[in-house]
Amino acid sequence: MKLILALFFARNKELFRDRGSLVWAFVTPPLVIALVAVAFSDGKQPVFKVGIYQQPDSQQYSATLPAVLETDYIQRIEYEDFDKAIQRVQHHQLDMLVLPGNPLRYWVNADSQNGVALQDLLHSDPDLHLQKEQVSGRAVRYVDWVLPGFLGMDIMFSGLFGIGYVIVRYRKNGVLKRLKATPVTPLQFLTAQLASRLMIMLFFSVMIYVVADIFLDILMLGSYWALFLVAVMGAIATLSIALLIAARFSSEELANGLLNLLSFPMILLSEVWFPLDDAPSWLHGLSQALPLTHVVGAAREIMIESASLADITQHLLYLLIISIVCLGVSAKLFRWN
Amino acid sequence: MGPILEIRNLVKHFKKVKAVNGISFSIPTGICFGLLGPNGAGKTTTIEMIEGITYPTAGEILYKGEPVGSRLTQEAGIQFQSTALMDFLTVDDLLNLFSSLYPKAVSKQKLIEQCRLGEFLNQQAAKLSGGQRQRVLLAIALINDPAIVFLDEPTTGLDPQARQNFWELIRHVKAEGKTIVLTTHYMDEAQQLCDRLVIVDHGKVIAESSPQKLLKMNFDHVFVYLDSEGIDRALLEASDSIVNVEHGDDGDRWVIKTSSVEHTLQSLIDKGVPLNSLQVRTPSLDDLFLKLTGHSLRE
Repeated sequence: MKLILALFFARNKELFRDRGSLVWAFVTPPLVIALVAVAFSDGKQPVFKVGIYQQPDSQQYSATLPAVLETDYIQRIEYEDFDKAIQRVQHHQLDMLVLPGNPLRYWVNADSQNGVALQDLLHSDPDLHLQKEQVSGRAVRYVDWVLPGFLGMDIMFSGLFGIGYVIVRYRKNGVLKRLKATPVTPLQFLTAQLASRLMIMLFFSVMIYVVADIFLDILMLGSYWALFLVAVMGAIATLSIALLIAARFSSEELANGLLNLLSFPMILLSEVWFPLDDAPSWLHGLSQALPLTHVVGAAREIMIESASLADITQHLLYLLIISIVCLGVSAKLFRWN
Repeated sequence: MGPILEIRNLVKHFKKVKAVNGISFSIPTGICFGLLGPNGAGKTTTIEMIEGITYPTAGEILYKGEPVGSRLTQEAGIQFQSTALMDFLTVDDLLNLFSSLYPKAVSKQKLIEQCRLGEFLNQQAAKLSGGQRQRVLLAIALINDPAIVFLDEPTTGLDPQARQNFWELIRHVKAEGKTIVLTTHYMDEAQQLCDRLVIVDHGKVIAESSPQKLLKMNFDHVFVYLDSEGIDRALLEASDSIVNVEHGDDGDRWVIKTSSVEHTLQSLIDKGVPLNSLQVRTPSLDDLFLKLTGHSLRE
C-alpha cells in the first residue's frame, strides 16, 4: 500500500505540474459547452419532427398518413417503441407522435409551441378523422440532452489518452524499466496510475457539471449519487481499455492510432451529440457494443428521465464486465520493457 | 569471501541474433568490475539478464551463491544506460518516490551530499543537464544502500569535466565497500576505475584479468612516435631493440614499437636523429582490443 501511495502521489504531482495539459483540460470543456449552448440556444429546429408509431405487425402507415404531414419541412421518424416515442414528446424532442389509421391518433405536448402548430395544421384538413391524446413534461433543451453525452465523452478522452499515452511514453523512454528494477509489481504500478487518473477525471467531471449548471441551469431529475456512480464506472471502464492498449506497445504513434480508432466510432455512435433514433438497426447494434453508449445512456436516463439505479443496471453491468475483462487481460499482458 | 556474483555459460538469443553466446565470469566482493566491449558486443544484454530485466535463453546466474531472485532486486542498485525520469517531478520528489519503494532506504541528506545534488534539488527532471541527470540516476541507484551497483555506460554523452566528476563519485561508492559492475566502451574509464575486466565481443568473452595484467600479458613493447619529415625509415630500423616501424594513421609520423625505450633512444641519439618531436606511449586497452579482435573498440 505504501508503494501504491508513493506512486499515486508522484503521478498526481506530475499531472498538476504539467501546466499546459492542465490548462487545456480546464478550458476546453466549458468552451465546447458554451459553443453548443450558443449554437442551439434558440431551440429552433429547421423542421418539425413528427414521430410515427408503427406497430411491429403493421406495414401500412404510409398509405394512411395524411398529406399535410408529407411535406419537406416535416422530418418523419418511425418508432416501434411506444414509451420511448412518448418520452420524446414529453421532452419536446418530438413535436408530435402519430399512430396512422382511422381515426388518426396523435399525441402532443400542450407546452410545445411546435406541437400546437402541428396540431393546427392537422385540423386544417376537415376530411381527417382525428383523436387527440395529451402529454405533458418540461422541455428538454438540446444542452440538457447533450451534457451527459459531453461528460461521457470527456471521461472517455481523458481515460483513453491520459493513461494510455503516459504508460506507452514511460515504456519507450525507460521510466518503466527503471521501476521494474525496484520491488514494485505491475499490479501496484497500474493501480496507482489508475487511481491517480480516476481522481482527476472525477474532479474534472464534477467541475464541468457545476460550471454547466451555474450558467445553463441543467435539467437534473435523478440522483446525483447515481450519476456519480455512472461517472466512476465509466471512468474505470475507459481506463481499463486504455491499460489494455498500453499493456505492451512502446510506440506512441501506434498507441495513438489505436486510441483514435477506438474513440472516433464512440463519438459518432454513442449518441454523444445526436440520437440514433432513425439509424439502421445494425448501427444500433454496433452502438450498443461501445462502452461510451452505456455511460452516456445511463447518465442521460438519470438526468432527463429520472431513472433510478435499478433502471440502469444493464448499463452498469456492461461497464463492469468491460472493466473486469480489460483489467484482467492487461495485468496478464503487461510488460515493463 | 566468495564471489558476490557468478555467471555461468550465459546465452541470450533474440530471434535470429545471438546477442550473448556462452559468457562466464565471476565478480569478487568489493571490487569495481568492468564489462568492456564495443557497441553491440552484448554488454547491456548481459547486465540486464543479471538485473532480471530480461531472461536468459540458457545459463546460470548466482548471487551470493544462490540463483538470482528477489534478493538481488532488494540489494542491487541499478543505473540503466539511457533512462528518462518522470519529467515533471523534481529531484527531491524523485528521491522521495524511490525511497518509498524500498523497505530500507539511505537518508536523503546523505545521497544529496554524496552525489552533489544540492544545487538542483528543486529542479524538474526534464530540465536537468546530462551530467546532473546521471548524478540523480546514481543517487537513485544508491537509494536502497545496495551491496552491488550496476552502472551501464554511465558517462556516455557527458563532457570531459562531467565524466571526471562522475568517476570521482564512483570511487567514493567503491570506497564504501560496495561492489560495482560497470559497462563501458571507454578505455580510459575502464583503466581509471576497474580492478578487473572482462572484454566481450560478438557475445563472447575474449579476455579477462586486471587491466595491468592484461596489458602486461599481451604487450612487451612501448610505442615511440617521431615526426617522419627528414627521417629515413632504414635509419630507424637499424636502431637497437626495434620490433616494428610503420607510418602512423595521419602519415606524418613514424610509429616505432620497441622492446627497450632506453636502447632505442640511445641508438637514435648516436645516429643523430632529431628527437624534438619524440613521444613515448605505453599500450592502452584500445591497443589490446585492436590486437585481440582486429578492430578498434570504438568502431
